[in-house]
Amino acid sequence: MAKWSRRAFITAGALAGGAVVIGVAIRPGNRAGEVAPLIADEDETVLNVWVKISPDNTITAIIPHAEMGQGAHTTLAMMLAEELDADWDKVTMIEAPARSEYANYALAKGYTAGDIDFPAFLVDTVDGFFLTATQFMSLQITGGSTSVPTTGQHAMRVAGAAAKAVLLQAAANAWGVPVEDLIAENSQVIHRSSGRSATYASFARQAARLSQPVKPVLKTPQEFTILGTDVQKLDVPAKVDGSASFGIDAMLPGMKYAAVKASPVFGTKVKSVDETSVQDMPGIRKVINLEDAVAVIADGYWQASKALEKLVVEFAESGDETVEQSDIFAQFLSDMDDAIANGTEIVDFETGNASATLATASRIIEAQYRVPYLSHAPMEPMNCTAWLHDDICELWTGTQNPLGFAAEVAGVLDMDIDDVVLHNQYLGGGFGRRAFPDYTIQAARLAAEVPYPVKLIWSREEDMRQDHYRQASISRFKAALDSNGKPSAWVNQYVEKHDPEEAPHIPYAIDNQFIHYTESPTHVPWGFWRSVDHSLHAFFTESFIDEIAIAAGQDPFRYRHDLLYNAPRFRKVLELAAEKSGWGSALPENWGRGIAIHRSFGTIVAQVAEVEIIAGTVRPRRVVCAVDAGFAMHPDGIRSQMESGIIYGLTAALYSEISISRGRVVQSNFHDYKMLRINDSPDIETYIINSGEKIGGAGEPGTPAIAPALANAIFDASGIRIRELPVSLHDLSRGDLESQDVA
Amino acid sequence: MITLQINGQPYELDVDAATPLLWVLREQAGLTGTKFGCGIAQCGACTVHLNGKPIRSCVMPVSAAVNQQITTIEGIASKETGLHPVQQAWIDEQVPQCGYCQSGQIMSAVALLAANPAPGDQDIDAAMSGNICRCGAYPRIRRGIKRASRLLADKAGPGVSRNG
Repeated sequence: MAKWSRRAFITAGALAGGAVVIGVAIRPGNRAGEVAPLIADEDETVLNVWVKISPDNTITAIIPHAEMGQGAHTTLAMMLAEELDADWDKVTMIEAPARSEYANYALAKGYTAGDIDFPAFLVDTVDGFFLTATQFMSLQITGGSTSVPTTGQHAMRVAGAAAKAVLLQAAANAWGVPVEDLIAENSQVIHRSSGRSATYASFARQAARLSQPVKPVLKTPQEFTILGTDVQKLDVPAKVDGSASFGIDAMLPGMKYAAVKASPVFGTKVKSVDETSVQDMPGIRKVINLEDAVAVIADGYWQASKALEKLVVEFAESGDETVEQSDIFAQFLSDMDDAIANGTEIVDFETGNASATLATASRIIEAQYRVPYLSHAPMEPMNCTAWLHDDICELWTGTQNPLGFAAEVAGVLDMDIDDVVLHNQYLGGGFGRRAFPDYTIQAARLAAEVPYPVKLIWSREEDMRQDHYRQASISRFKAALDSNGKPSAWVNQYVEKHDPEEAPHIPYAIDNQFIHYTESPTHVPWGFWRSVDHSLHAFFTESFIDEIAIAAGQDPFRYRHDLLYNAPRFRKVLELAAEKSGWGSALPENWGRGIAIHRSFGTIVAQVAEVEIIAGTVRPRRVVCAVDAGFAMHPDGIRSQMESGIIYGLTAALYSEISISRGRVVQSNFHDYKMLRINDSPDIETYIINSGEKIGGAGEPGTPAIAPALANAIFDASGIRIRELPVSLHDLSRGDLESQDVA
Repeated sequence: MITLQINGQPYELDVDAATPLLWVLREQAGLTGTKFGCGIAQCGACTVHLNGKPIRSCVMPVSAAVNQQITTIEGIASKETGLHPVQQAWIDEQVPQCGYCQSGQIMSAVALLAANPAPGDQDIDAAMSGNICRCGAYPRIRRGIKRASRLLADKAGPGVSRNG
């Protein structure tokens, strides 16, 4: 993972001559033969690497993405089944093995090339390049809300259509009729004039020998019969009876259990371990010093964790032991000031001449916002079961990048990647955390020391204190208002940029903009956190535009709407959210309503939050969400992802703060890193727009807009402007204050 | 050796009496549907029933569960009638996302409906606020409980009141 970034990919594309391609799943020289032993039984036919057929006519989609609740397994299977004209009731899926054949070359192309068309005769060369590049980077990532826009659009649909084409051709050959006279329907081939029909399975073997079209014609949304419908998710039945297997559920004969503790101050080494401090405890097998962590292996996890608590360990000092959270925020501010003083700002986006406009402006609005570090806190703590035997390393875990993890483990253990066999399980939440392989590497290193399988489980405390955190940040703004109250200049400076690049950009028509940033490194490890940089920038930009609207004496919805005259797609989403929420209608006393809109991962989301303030505490009551992802492949999947993204973002905005003291994380478990619970959960209504624009993601775009919608609603209810998250830092009973900054 | 009654079956187990029931269920009895989430009774992922009442198995010593009826997620469907109405409602409402917390959610919901076949919103809040769902399935959990309440009432026949 450390070797990869979105920018690295773009660089790779540029080195190749900046190739532009359309995604194609089927390469001449079909790799189906190579992968068949990995994915199919003898009586099954692998039509191409993404689909196989059983003798009973069951169609199995081979999905190269992890399932962590976002519904990728189901939606991607739908996309294949749609183009294949399969009988959905007889469609199933398996997750692709962690093998280089399933590296996400479609994803790579989505990042580098977009949807630009490409001559078919070059497809093989270009696809070969991308496959090689992604294999080289060991990429098999589920993240960035990309499964549907990339793998779904470029691989599953194309693979389904290509498979259908060869099934029809095989039937035409067998029956001696023109292929044009045949139609495909519900996993059957039907001869139009005679009505003769047979299952796909009866032509599978012959079809697999035919050359598949690399650019089959795909359906239009009007032709869809599976996509756009609310099928039940394939993984749900196993998740209501306890049978779904998560990483933590792996069971192997003779398996032992490990508990681990890394240095509480990030990045420091173990100085000494006193093994005698636990040697008499029951069930203890071994104490292992991993240099940056210590682990205890025992017959049971409880025994291992009790011993770890007792184990006397001393960590070396790194110099970061005195760092306090207030030092970090002070460093951000001084680095921001220095960057301006020294002219070392890094330009993010610039148009017009913002500084000249500000210099002559009659009215300037300024504000400064702050957000804390955040932990992912998935319900399933990090864990991995590892077993080294017969010159291979087997791993059972839940990961967002199985191939990348296998490559990391191969590197650490000095093994060939083909000798590392990773069995990816259901993820008990990912949110970006399970893209980082630290826990899997630890398990593999422990297993290398013992002759039996080891299940390593992080305690909740370890999970929270050894995370890769969403960055803390400060963002400050200046806007010039013209005589009509419209913004003529927008200046924004913030600290620490990650991905995606466009996160701080605004959709509003403002002629003069200068958006810049300053890097201000700390010792706190960074990680992708649901919607990544969008999670903070939507709060910053959509709070500030609200402040400008209020300062101009205008309605926050109408103000945004006016500034979106160049962005009709945004306007429609904003209008729908406002209309469905009853924007402008009266609310009870102490209630407030706030609106926000943000595009992320190709999807535009507008949300209206309604809150009630009771005795200084905010209660979110209702959220109305409008979403345009281009086309909703699985509408109930989009609705559930909007609900999920809203509650994830609402939890963070209301309660979440990871703070640093003495160089280490203060919070440890759910009592001090508080979660939204059912009694605080608002009613959520989601309305979908199928605009027909390019397909966007769904797993993350529900999150960014809710923090500003909430803060704007709190302002509407109380007159208190929340400029620092989480909201729980603020006393909302002081409604007489114009604004409130937390010292 | 201790004997536990889990899902109506006796289990003879050699464990330290102080071990939390959670780890005995998962590691000794092999019933992995019950999940570890926090270890301090804050999240509800480990919820099982002791004599029909929901408890957090991560903080209950196994010694306290001896001679009690323990029910886990693996034990609520019946061979005769299939899925429990709560499980069916969870499928109908498409409640689970990652699914990790759902064994605990379902065990809390089953216990709620056993005590109160027609819970209102406040009853649901009171019974379910000990169970965290990081995927935010709360609106669907609420709907699922109301649907399960209707399924139970339909099973019980006319005359059972409901306000779901």
